[in-house]
Amino acid sequence: MTYAIECRRLTRVWPGNPPVEAVRGIDLCVERGSCFGVLGPNGAGKTTTIEICEGLVEATSGEALVLGKSWTSEAEQIRQQIGISLQETRLSEKLTVFETLTLFRSFYESGLDPQQAIEMVSLQEKQHARIRTLSGGQKQRVALATALVGNPQLLFLDEPTTGLDPQSRREIWKIISDFRESGKTVLLTTHYMDEAERLCDRVAIFDHGQILAEDSPKNLIRQLGAEHVVMFEVEGRDQPPEDFGTGLPGVISARTESGSRSLSVSEIHVAVPALLSEISERSLKLTSLLTRQATLEDVFVHHAGRSLDAEDAGGES
Amino acid sequence: MNPGFQMHPFVQLFLARFREFVRTPEAVFWSYVFPLVMMVALGLAFRSGDEPAVSVAVVVGAAGDKVADALEQQGGFQVMRADAAACQKAMRSGRVDVVVQSHETDGTTFHFDSTRPGGRGARNAVNDVLQRQAGRQDPLPTEDLTATEPGGRYIDFLVPGLIGVGLMGGGVWGVGYAIVDMRIRRVLRRMLGTPMKKHHFIGAMMGSRLVFMIPEIFVILILSRLLFGVVSHGGYAAVGVIVSLGALELACIGLVIASRAKTIESAAGLMNLIMVPMWVGSGIFFSAERFPDLVQPLIRILPLTPVISALRLVMQEAASLTDVVPQLLIMGTWTVVTFVLAIRIFRWD
Repeated sequence: MTYAIECRRLTRVWPGNPPVEAVRGIDLCVERGSCFGVLGPNGAGKTTTIEICEGLVEATSGEALVLGKSWTSEAEQIRQQIGISLQETRLSEKLTVFETLTLFRSFYESGLDPQQAIEMVSLQEKQHARIRTLSGGQKQRVALATALVGNPQLLFLDEPTTGLDPQSRREIWKIISDFRESGKTVLLTTHYMDEAERLCDRVAIFDHGQILAEDSPKNLIRQLGAEHVVMFEVEGRDQPPEDFGTGLPGVISARTESGSRSLSVSEIHVAVPALLSEISERSLKLTSLLTRQATLEDVFVHHAGRSLDAEDAGGES
Repeated sequence: MNPGFQMHPFVQLFLARFREFVRTPEAVFWSYVFPLVMMVALGLAFRSGDEPAVSVAVVVGAAGDKVADALEQQGGFQVMRADAAACQKAMRSGRVDVVVQSHETDGTTFHFDSTRPGGRGARNAVNDVLQRQAGRQDPLPTEDLTATEPGGRYIDFLVPGLIGVGLMGGGVWGVGYAIVDMRIRRVLRRMLGTPMKKHHFIGAMMGSRLVFMIPEIFVILILSRLLFGVVSHGGYAAVGVIVSLGALELACIGLVIASRAKTIESAAGLMNLIMVPMWVGSGIFFSAERFPDLVQPLIRILPLTPVISALRLVMQEAASLTDVVPQLLIMGTWTVVTFVLAIRIFRWD
């Protein structure tokens, strides 16, 4: 069986002075029927990679096969079978939802009835409303519907929920899950780790145009060896060193970021009592203590050595 | 309608463009109402017929009153009676073309500004009346035929120019702006990700432009006929051919302008750069032949010049299509060259 997407040694250099290496040797395989997440901060090369797969950007070197076909010889057949949603597309405000979907449907040889696509994104009530009158979340659902109306085998979604409120995000997640459950493939990019954990069977963590790690969200977290995080703050005349907590039973690693300390912990029931007694031995005062499950965010921090929202200009995404 | 036909991408793209256009009231206004307002305003300002009355100021006095009476009796004069100072003032301010001062004994004096249009004509008209009244016999019989017949008036000259303005605005703005706007909104890029055929897209943009043009031209032709009696002395079919080719040509110019521009500002700059020479040089409001011979070859190949010139030849001089082949060739060349160039350099993002 062929993969839905197969990228080999993909690179993309944007000309300029100096040239920007947006993608630096990506190997990526997406299995059919799965939801694959491309994760990383802004400028990590996510959009460039997905746009190479969408046929919108040419790779500088390497090859991207989509549904077993090559962009150089079978572009038309690929386009008939994929649906895409770009970042920041503003569809024509003066057309209605139904008119917009009818327009996009006309580009495909076969596909859904525009009405069906509208139902998939639950916009029946708004189908005759002009796009201008819709909320941000509704507009994004229309954008998704334009991707679905050609009845694609493979859906590309670039940052599908960026800038949306929590309610709208959940609605979009539902649409994506439904599509994936019908046995089709999704490739999405996101910088929201919770989105990736929730939707994706597999994720690749991107940074500086390369893949830092790739696996299922569960495995990536498990591979940390520390499935819990203990976050705490202490007061006292002598602030302990930044790696305070390292070496305590059950603690894998420790770090401090802007006064807030966190420990990656494998066995929380051992680590927390040990931490508490260490704090009282040093006559420190504990001001806050919080434990949580490790997330993909921690996986990123582990591999990239910095947190996701720490700004690190890596060129155009 | 046949659903297969309606679902054709060309038809859908065309419909989308059509809907966007009719749902943008300001675009409709600029395309349809603006040329009409201009036609009515200019047509009224330069209308001929009823009132080309010669304005005369007559200095009051026994002899002066006789002159004034004679002119009023003759008709065609607007006579002002006043004392000498007031008459001079009226002439200085341009309200009258000539001042007549008649003396019982020393004859009559005309004061007029020979550099002002109408000054000498007014003097001669007044002189004729006075001389004839005094008993002059004209040895040569003459007859005056004034150019108020349809065909030779300013409005007849203006209507082809305004049709040209409409075609230029619609082509350059209508096509150019719409495409740049879609590029900015990244809709072009979004469509590039679908199996949409590029020639369907470009064809729909151009085709919709040709269709929007039809009512625009009809309204100008019908209203100018009703209000001012403007008719085409040549065939309307020839007018249709010239207008269609002209619309296509100017839409191609809009297309080439829009093929790369990434911001409205850069597109607007390019559009003005290309439209201003045509506004000035293509003979919209006055004959392009007034420019020096040196620039004539340049003016003749501006895209809009052959459109207006061919329309004038057909409408005013009853020319046939074969008479305007040179103009059609220039238009055709522009169409092909800009279209091919636009397709070559067109960017979807």
